[in-house]
Amino acid sequence: MSAPLLEVADIEAGYGEALVLRGVSLAASAGELVTIIGPNGAGKSTLLRVVYGLLRPEAGSVRYAGEDVTGVRPEQLTRRGLNYVPQLANVFPTLSVAENLQVGGVSLPRAERRQAVADMYEQFPLLAERRRQRAGTLSGGQRKLLAIARALVTRPKVLFLDEPSAGLSPQAVELVFDQLAAVKRRGIAVVMVEQNARRALALADTGYVLDMGRNAYVGPGRTLLRDPKVAELYLGRSTAASSSTSTSAPSGMSEPT
Amino acid sequence: MSTPILAVREVVRTFGGLRAVDGASFDVEQGSITALIGPNGAGKSTLFNVVSGFLSAEGGSVQFEGRRIDRAPSHRIARRGLVRTFQVPRTLTRLSVLDNVLLAASGHPGERLSGLLLRPARARAYERKTRHRAHELLELVRLDKHAQDYAGVLSGGQRKLLDFARVLMTEPRLVLLDEPMAGVNPVLGRQLLEHVLQLRAEGGMTFLFVEHDLAVVMEASDRVIVMNEGRVIASGTPTDVRSDERVVDAYLGVVPPT
Repeated sequence: MSAPLLEVADIEAGYGEALVLRGVSLAASAGELVTIIGPNGAGKSTLLRVVYGLLRPEAGSVRYAGEDVTGVRPEQLTRRGLNYVPQLANVFPTLSVAENLQVGGVSLPRAERRQAVADMYEQFPLLAERRRQRAGTLSGGQRKLLAIARALVTRPKVLFLDEPSAGLSPQAVELVFDQLAAVKRRGIAVVMVEQNARRALALADTGYVLDMGRNAYVGPGRTLLRDPKVAELYLGRSTAASSSTSTSAPSGMSEPT
Repeated sequence: MSTPILAVREVVRTFGGLRAVDGASFDVEQGSITALIGPNGAGKSTLFNVVSGFLSAEGGSVQFEGRRIDRAPSHRIARRGLVRTFQVPRTLTRLSVLDNVLLAASGHPGERLSGLLLRPARARAYERKTRHRAHELLELVRLDKHAQDYAGVLSGGQRKLLDFARVLMTEPRLVLLDEPMAGVNPVLGRQLLEHVLQLRAEGGMTFLFVEHDLAVVMEASDRVIVMNEGRVIASGTPTDVRSDERVVDAYLGVVPPT
């Protein structure tokens, strides 16, 4: 196996005095799907922000395709082949679907951009139907699909996503996760933060559990799913056959300080 | 049967040519946990906005505890005991986490000069009580350690949890939750769910929630209302709805495992 496309080592970062990440490392290879899970406030979104150049780390490094890109600005990273779908505010609400996709591909030459946008309509027929509709009038789930398509327009080699399935109906979740699996099969490294932890780990080649700004567990997605410790602390009990009267929320759980 | 706590009748709301809510009708029974499900774009959030007074209805009516509220502004509806959370939380980022929750408590005697001057002891007692409750709620959503931090430093998921605490701080009778589980860690989500069940059992609080996590819907709700293209296409117990063909076609795609 070749060296990872993306190597993140020992990142420390935060906002003002609040240190959120306390030494996190992560790697992703071409065609690998990486899932990051963990409690709210563990630093998952912050990690994506650091890697995509939106937040300068206090310590640690980000290497992409063998080069140090720590602190390189997002627009530069986008030209080099990284792209990012934030959790919120990920489309331009006053622009149409078509305009959003064109803005997403603004760094591409005109002919290439037209082709890239056409590819997106083929992959997401729902967006083709609504190409003239203003993004602000799309439902939450439709907006999420548009945001993903907008990031894919630049044909990135690494795609970061912050909770791609949040707010989506079961059918739309399937659609998004199927799309991400297809993206990965085309050789793109996909790195996503998810709270739909079971579903996202099942899909992942590699899973990372972040807790209190540190790597708590790393391993193949399916191995983590079967790990009783991970299940108890981070996945909750399996919901399929549970009854509403039970109070078996993991009781021994206290958030480490 | 008693009067429903919420009665939605033939509500219509359009955006330009788009009929986001197109004659939706349903009841929410007092003390129930009712789920509102449907595909993205079905009109669920728009309906929430109409019921909570953030959008006006263009047709139809909404009754809360037997009184029309479809012409009332949102703050008045909230004071009557109907409050909601947002899919994307509204956080006051330049206030502390604690102050965000405290602000949600209404009817503070110290709000009026007369109350403050004539009955200072009462204002102080109320202040103590609300602070105590605020800390309890922050503990529940695991934000107690952040009580003194600016709310702006909270992550997306944590803001959602703060929103939940703020809503409960108002001591509502009907709570509308817009995708409470989205973006919340599953372990914590389950604990919040237990808390919702407890509030219903102990305080008789009524909940109406939009949720895409069907395991949660099936487990927590007494009734499920299914929307598609702005209308209610089915309603019933979770078991009824799960096997309803129209629901499977419009939303589920496949019959979920039992």
